[in-house]
Amino acid sequence: MIEVRDLHKAFGMVKAVDGVSFTARDGEITGLLGPNGAGKTTTLRMLYTLMKPDRGQVIVDGIDAAADALAVRRELGVLPDARGLYKRLTARENINYFARLHGLPEALLADRRDALIHALEMEDIADRRTEGFSQGQRVKTAIARALIHDPRNVILDEPTNGLDVMATRALRKFMGRLKAEGRCVLFSSHIMQEVAALCDRIVVIAHGRVVADESPAALREQTGEANLEDAFVKIIGSDEGLAA
Amino acid sequence: MNAVSLKIERSRAFVTVFLKEVKENLRDRRTIVSAFLTGPLLGPIMLVMLLNITLNREFNKAEQPLPVPVIGANYAPNLIAALKAGGIVPTAAIGNPEVAVRKQDADVVMRISPDFATSWRRGEPVQVEVIYDSSQRDANTAVERVSQLVESYARQQGAMRLVARGLAPSTAWPVTAARRDQATAQARAALMFSILPYFFVLTVFMGGMYLAIDLTAGERERQSLEPLFANPVSRWKILAGKLAAICVFSIASLLISLVAFGVVGRFIPTEKLGMELDLGLHFSGHVLLLMLPLIVLLAALQSMVAAFAKSYREAQTYVSLLMFVPVLPSILLSTMPIKAQGWMYAVPLLGQHLGIMQLLRGDGIDMQQLGLCLAGSLAAAVLGVLATVHLYQSERLAISS
Repeated sequence: MIEVRDLHKAFGMVKAVDGVSFTARDGEITGLLGPNGAGKTTTLRMLYTLMKPDRGQVIVDGIDAAADALAVRRELGVLPDARGLYKRLTARENINYFARLHGLPEALLADRRDALIHALEMEDIADRRTEGFSQGQRVKTAIARALIHDPRNVILDEPTNGLDVMATRALRKFMGRLKAEGRCVLFSSHIMQEVAALCDRIVVIAHGRVVADESPAALREQTGEANLEDAFVKIIGSDEGLAA
Repeated sequence: MNAVSLKIERSRAFVTVFLKEVKENLRDRRTIVSAFLTGPLLGPIMLVMLLNITLNREFNKAEQPLPVPVIGANYAPNLIAALKAGGIVPTAAIGNPEVAVRKQDADVVMRISPDFATSWRRGEPVQVEVIYDSSQRDANTAVERVSQLVESYARQQGAMRLVARGLAPSTAWPVTAARRDQATAQARAALMFSILPYFFVLTVFMGGMYLAIDLTAGERERQSLEPLFANPVSRWKILAGKLAAICVFSIASLLISLVAFGVVGRFIPTEKLGMELDLGLHFSGHVLLLMLPLIVLLAALQSMVAAFAKSYREAQTYVSLLMFVPVLPSILLSTMPIKAQGWMYAVPLLGQHLGIMQLLRGDGIDMQQLGLCLAGSLAAAVLGVLATVHLYQSERLAISS
């Protein structure tokens, strides 16, 4: 479970995140929806302790990120906005590297890695160097790398960005699987249909603030709009930066 | 997780980062070429080429007949005969000797005045003009040879005149300076090889350069630093693993270079110059020891400089500029020959330069100098590493976009 309480982060005069609070529960998919530049990535970066919040608290499975950042990182599987792979290493070696950084014993590492390679259907690319991978292949490798330590909580920053239809469908299916395994899945997106189709709970962020935190049905009810797209536009106050 | 497995994990993170960096960079052709070919072999090859050119020139000048245009050769046939005996070939007179030497048409021109014979017979001092341009280094040996021949001819004739008047020739020279050159054969060589310390520093520099760039600016450019930092490993451990990888590549470069110099040293005809050059095991071992703290310092400096850059290319420019810093002590010492003071050994780069020069001279390096050199450079290396660790903690470092 991931709990975020009153997060603030400013870069100079720009308030990127200005009081964000929400909870992502186990066995649920929580969507962080907002236009480009709303503060989603900055919020997530504070979650996986890459950045320190100016104010506020991040708690993952009861551990305070400010008190023990390393322990929090151990509980998290992260697909950051930057997917950078090591292009002179194969997909398998990329996964091994992160597994060893997590301190996995070699036998366990091999089991988990092969299971992930199978689940993500990437057997054909596992032993190729990642230089020249397609966007979909890169995301698959990055996800396998992020989940190798079997984390309870999974954070995905715009996971379907740049993927084609087939890769997107496969990824959505995979996220459903993570949820079924009882994990807490938190992902960000600026695509409404995706969030609506996948999420148990939607946190809408605009201008660094949470403007709604509901289930998709409740959201429709609250705004009085039958169509989700109209509901979002009404909440955010404009349709700028949202994609269908 | 229990305490034992935690401990294993801690020691493993450093090794994991280190091994991954080594493996990844061994797959990069540019790194390999720079660290194992151009970096370490550039020095020895350049040295051999330079030496061959210098040596050949010196020997040619000293042994070969030297053509010198002489104006008024017919006024002093005996002098000309003496010059000929000394290997100088008088050639036809030229019209404007001053312009000729400046335009490098001739290295040196002699002018004998028409009243040479008259003055000679009267026993008056006569002048022989030697016209040259001292800014043409190439001409110096020729000028030297001509002047010496003229002087020794004069001395010889003077002595004969004294003998003819019944005086001992020594009356004319009450005092003579007897030169006692204390330079050992090795010390003479050292003068020539004063560029060697810089080659070693350059080798270390080039060995680690591409790694240093790749480990910070490269990671950032390919956006892999953010996922890396999401792992439960302290940043300083990641940095330590990366620095260790840079150091290992630098050390490998230095070793290759030392071996190459050792091999090349056998083929340099130093004995022809009355020099002695020992680039053997004793020398290599001491150089390696002297360079160790410097390797760490340079690794930290390179990573630091590269971390300031936004892209790989920018980092390459910065690091290349940094490469000029190690030249400073070499230039400083060659332009103003200052006497080595004790404290100088504690200055990184300068200490290594002095130490290596002493080894080349065959003087050996005493424990105090060695200690100062190692301690000074080690202190600087620790500071450099700490500064880099501090820089690595910055939030901005990981953000690529």
